[in-house]
Amino acid sequence: MAMNRITVRCSDVTKGFGQTMAIQEVSLELEEGKFLALLGPSGCGKTTLLRLIAGFEVPDRGTIEVGGRTVSGPGVFIPPESRRVGIVFQDYALFPHLDVSRNIAFGLPKNVNRKKRVEEMLSLIGLRRLESRMPHELSGGEQQRVALARAMAPGPNVLLLDEPFSNLDADLRIRIRAEVKDILTRAGATVVFVTHDQQEALFMGDMVGVMNAGRVEQFDRPEAIFHTPATPFVAQFVGIADFLSGKIENGSVATEVGSLPLQNHLPSGMTVRAMIRPDFLDLDPTPDGIGEIIDRIFQGMHYLYRVQLPSGATIRILQHHTRNYPVGTRVSFHMTSDHSVPCFESATSNG
Amino acid sequence: MNYARPPAALWLSAMFIAIAVLLPLGYLALRASGAGSELWSLLFRLRTFEILGRTIILVIVVTGISLVISLPLAWLTQRTDLPWRRMWSVLTVLPLVIPSYVIGFVIVAALGPRGILQQALAGPFGLERLPEIYGFPGALLAVTLVAYPYILLPLQASIRGLDPRLEEVARSLGHGQWDTFRRVVFPQLRPAMAAGALLVALYTLRDFGAVSLLRYETFTWAIYLQYQTSFDRNLAAGLSLVLVVIAVVILFLEFRTRGKPHYHRAAASASRSPAYVKLGRWRWPALGFCALVVLMALVMPVSILSYWLARGFSTGEALWRTAGYALNSAYVSGLAAAVTAIAAISIAVLDVRYPSLFSRLLERITYIGFALPGIVIALALVFFGANYATPIYQTLVLLVFAYAVLFLPQAVGSVRSSLLQVSPRLEEAARSLGRTPLQTLAAITLPLVRPGILAGAGLVFLTTMKELPATLLLSPIGFKSLATSIWSATSEGSFAEAAIPAVVLILLSSVPMAVLTIRGKRNGNE
Repeated sequence: MAMNRITVRCSDVTKGFGQTMAIQEVSLELEEGKFLALLGPSGCGKTTLLRLIAGFEVPDRGTIEVGGRTVSGPGVFIPPESRRVGIVFQDYALFPHLDVSRNIAFGLPKNVNRKKRVEEMLSLIGLRRLESRMPHELSGGEQQRVALARAMAPGPNVLLLDEPFSNLDADLRIRIRAEVKDILTRAGATVVFVTHDQQEALFMGDMVGVMNAGRVEQFDRPEAIFHTPATPFVAQFVGIADFLSGKIENGSVATEVGSLPLQNHLPSGMTVRAMIRPDFLDLDPTPDGIGEIIDRIFQGMHYLYRVQLPSGATIRILQHHTRNYPVGTRVSFHMTSDHSVPCFESATSNG
Repeated sequence: MNYARPPAALWLSAMFIAIAVLLPLGYLALRASGAGSELWSLLFRLRTFEILGRTIILVIVVTGISLVISLPLAWLTQRTDLPWRRMWSVLTVLPLVIPSYVIGFVIVAALGPRGILQQALAGPFGLERLPEIYGFPGALLAVTLVAYPYILLPLQASIRGLDPRLEEVARSLGHGQWDTFRRVVFPQLRPAMAAGALLVALYTLRDFGAVSLLRYETFTWAIYLQYQTSFDRNLAAGLSLVLVVIAVVILFLEFRTRGKPHYHRAAASASRSPAYVKLGRWRWPALGFCALVVLMALVMPVSILSYWLARGFSTGEALWRTAGYALNSAYVSGLAAAVTAIAAISIAVLDVRYPSLFSRLLERITYIGFALPGIVIALALVFFGANYATPIYQTLVLLVFAYAVLFLPQAVGSVRSSLLQVSPRLEEAARSLGRTPLQTLAAITLPLVRPGILAGAGLVFLTTMKELPATLLLSPIGFKSLATSIWSATSEGSFAEAAIPAVVLILLSSVPMAVLTIRGKRNGNE
């Protein structure tokens, strides 16, 4: 099936700059027509991975394939101009001395009908009337769409987007990313994009690679990233998570807030750190409750409570705004609906 | 970016340029070492140490006086309510456009024997001789008047860039105005003062025009005399090498002060204009000080030039001859500008876009022009041309080559800074859209750095117009430029004959400079 064709494949890719290892043994695959979000804090190596795929950096080890062809590997290095890879930079990098249509036409070969292709791209991004504007006469959102059209015009195998929405205002960002997702989906593009914004990654990505310190800690569907995090780092970076120490006892985990259903299979007797998301537990105000509310943040529909436990650990718990308890209230806990708790071996650091 | 090696065309041309630039100095060293032990005995004579002493004294005194003039000028024109301070801040910088040999000519024509002052005093008082202007006093006056703006300019910029909030903080912490200046402002100005002082020192060391017209025997003039009067040119080569060593030391110090971290980074809000200090009754001495500097450095030269210009017209000095010199100057300067700007492109692109030990080395080599005084390059090329390159000896080719070696750093600097403003992302975008490195250079990089290339060429053009020693030694027989005609007319005491080309030269070189500066300022504000 065509949908199963792999467009980007990285195998054991490693890259260092001097003493620091920017990318360590990264392996991942992206199917044609899918969106991959590389998510991670700044300095995690996600932009370096993007530049390795584009051919702006040479890997120390490992191979990179684009469109079924090895572009970087032992003894092989295809320069960027021959990779058929489109890239959109954070600051868009529109050529300031060329107007919109010349920017879009820049990557088109001589033998195609350039005018026709530029017009196609302009209607795809909805900017037909701006074709003869210069880049500095465009708004941020318009520049972004022109950069997108320029990268897409030659029909690249894969489109690489480096922090594509970080230069836009917060409210504009949400609108533009929906527009961009729509444009890219209609064009059937295969996309790798880099972001530090988990909302953006979960919204845009068919697949998400969470990166930390040069490694991909988890490579999975967005739902799986959120619900079954592979490491404490992923748990904390995507969504809110607190950890309680506990012990495995035949299929559940015993913690100071009670015995909780276990998500993953671990041997009995093991000491673990149990991940608690704010919606896992509900609060019951009782004078002899083991927890005490020490802080609360009003978020409109909800209160986010911070509760201190006898061990000194604190957990955050989200409650509907009708459940309004003052700071100092003593509370007990019960598990909500059918959540199960991911647990990690205690030895693992929390990133 | 470490994704690719530079294209062969780029590093080959850069390497060729670097080798060409090294040629004069290399030949000079060869020549001096050829003299062997004889050279050492020649160099370690009393006369060499006299020259060294005279040179060092001039450098130190000129630099010291320039600092003493510049600090109050900069502060008064930037930070006080001095009347007409905008005007003063422009007028005090203007002497920069006057070549040192024109000031030399002005001083000789005003204060020398048969000069204006002597003639004026001869009638009523029958005065035949004035105190000697030749030697140290004249050289000091001439060089200082044209060199101090090299300190004043960076100081002005540095004061403008000061964050006024730092001074406000100091005041709020209980320091008075003077204390604040001493403990907060002055330390921030030190880097600019050090850099400017070293520039003035280098200028003084390299100057040939003023010291030769005022007959103060520093290295440059001694080398010229040695070359003119003696058939053994090894000593001239040896003196040149000593001069190069001193220049390299100063240049090295200058690099080090520039390399130090800046004390402040002008924050976006720092552009708020500072509070101007009220001078009160100090405004009169302050005004007097500014007026005195402008009188000496600007009004005196202009009026003396005008006087001799009028005398020249009335005695029928030929204007058309000067027009010929001007054409010669413009022609050879245009050639030099074009050659140098083109050479600068590959050096700058290699250094900025493909940083490596190798590209850094090539870029540094081109800075040799900063260290080499014009007289030294000229001398080296005279030797080299007469012995090994007779077909181009006494032709414009060799002269233009000398200019290119001398002024390549200016062009590289200009192209480099405009290249640094072009985001490498633009070039990467072009690469990902299918262009090779050289195609990217042609389609993206060069169009975007064109202003820098043109500015660099303009700068080289203006500097070449004013260049004296290389022009003097390397011009083909019968080829006279504005600079050489001023120099030879002054040397012969024909002041009226020197005035016309001097005025033309100042007009030709200062008007474009003013345009460049104003345009640069306007672009900088955008």
